[in-house]
Amino acid sequence: MKITIDRDRCCGAGQCVLAAPDVFDQDDEEGLVVVLEESPAPEHHQAVREAASVCPTATIEVTE
Amino acid sequence: MSVVVVGASAAGFATAEGLRRNGYDGALTLVGAEPELPYDRPPLSKQVLTGQWDADRIRLCGQDKADDLGLDLRLGTPAAALDVAARRLSLADGTELPYEQLVLATGVGPRPLPGTEGLRGVRMLRSLEDALALRAELRPGTRLVVIGAGFLGTEIAAAARTLEAEVWLVEPEPVPLGVAVGAEVGEFVAGLHRERGVHLRTGPGAAVRDFKANAGEVEAVVLEDGTELPCDLVVVAIGSVPSTGWLAGSGLTLGDGIECDSRCSAAPGVYAAGDVASWFHEHAGVRVRLEHRTNATEQGLYVARALLGQAGEPFTPVPYFWSDQYETKLTAFGLLRGADEIRVVEGAIADGAFVALYRKGNRLTGVLGVRRAKSVRQWRALLAAGSGWDEAFADSPK
Ligand SMILES: Cc1cc2nc3c(=O)[nH]c(=O)nc-3n(C[C@H](O)[C@H](O)[C@H](O)COP(=O)(O)OP(=O)(O)OC[C@H]3O[C@@H](n4cnc5c(N)ncnc54)[C@H](O)[C@@H]3O)c2cc1C
Ligand code: SF4
Repeated sequence: MKITIDRDRCCGAGQCVLAAPDVFDQDDEEGLVVVLEESPAPEHHQAVREAASVCPTATIEVTE
Repeated sequence: MSVVVVGASAAGFATAEGLRRNGYDGALTLVGAEPELPYDRPPLSKQVLTGQWDADRIRLCGQDKADDLGLDLRLGTPAAALDVAARRLSLADGTELPYEQLVLATGVGPRPLPGTEGLRGVRMLRSLEDALALRAELRPGTRLVVIGAGFLGTEIAAAARTLEAEVWLVEPEPVPLGVAVGAEVGEFVAGLHRERGVHLRTGPGAAVRDFKANAGEVEAVVLEDGTELPCDLVVVAIGSVPSTGWLAGSGLTLGDGIECDSRCSAAPGVYAAGDVASWFHEHAGVRVRLEHRTNATEQGLYVARALLGQAGEPFTPVPYFWSDQYETKLTAFGLLRGADEIRVVEGAIADGAFVALYRKGNRLTGVLGVRRAKSVRQWRALLAAGSGWDEAFADSPK
């Protein structure tokens, strides 16, 4: 699995961090998404898919 | 089973996508009044209006994705009538669509200002078409009056200043955004606009009394206090109206939006999601209708699960919104309106970097921050838990 993000789209909702805290974080000021693991381990895959689907602005793209 | 979703935008598309992801493989029709494939609205008053992004950048779904999802897309054909008892939807082009389950996600439309009917040079902003038309008219020096300093009005004023238009922002409340986020934060937003050279007129004297026109073309806005603001262009941004007119006589309860139970159901087999849905929020203990982008997705995904009998609990989200004012992003969780107290718990409003908590009665009801987005999220858990105000301080994440 590989994660790519279009950071300009991010609105700082942090939904991705709630869904997959081991893989995503936010920067302190604007709250824009930070990817901690671009190629996360299999145990995180389900959470990452969930994160991509709850992101309101389609910032997160997942290729498997 | 067959599902019809009305409203091909954020909430409707999230519902359709959620249905497929959760295993629904039956017939799925998505009906939209606009001819456009689903797109995202928040960038319209930001990146699209300033010209940073073109229309392709805001698509939520292309034709290929729609095909992958097996969507029967009916675009450019508004739904015109609904018969809940017969489970039948009629479209404006005469098509009759029977359904087993129906999702209503028709959003809201801009509230028009009486006295502006037929006046050229007066615009509103809701659709991509509106945004592109407005952008084409905004040039350096264009004299623009924005009526209403809510989220939409303030963002339009900011975008227009970025394009070097000459901007007047008029609002009968004492401060911009005051109703939504309270006086303290509203005063901060007023400062941002003044710094950028927006001519801000607030208070009862700044209510619009009249318009002056020449050959049907707006020339000036006249305020209650007698001030005349000569202008080339006016944007009306005074709130919105749920798009439910076509549901009159359908048997659904229409109040401020489509009234649903705590599981977003409006009648047997009928659900609503997004800006048009008013539902009973069991944790907040009140009926809620949100015009927030994140809610459109969350509620759409919830309704998809509800349709498939997988929802379980009632819909009790912690609302989230953001707003961009020039380079400043406000982010907030919870319900902020009508707070009894607003307390800054981190940073200072005067420094333009802060976190403020909102209290109603003895409950923590909201948190808002500027340049502290991550701290803001750390209060979310307390909001989700329905924390009391005093406990919120005891359990402060800081
Ligand atoms: C300019 C602008 C900026 C915004 N900025 C922000 C922001 O910064 N942050 C934030 O949280 N939120 C923002 N919002 C709000 C956010 O865009 C909405 O909450 C979100 O779009 C709601 O999605 P929805 O699908 O419920 O409704 P909508 O996006 O309104 O979609 C409803 C769709 O239904 C269609 N429709 C209506 N009637 C019918 C009918 N009879 N038949 C068929 N189709 C119909 C409409 O044409 C429309 O395409 C902004 C909104 C606008 C307009
Ligand atoms: S959920 Fe999406 S918009 Fe929100 S912080 Fe994550 S990437 Fe950004």
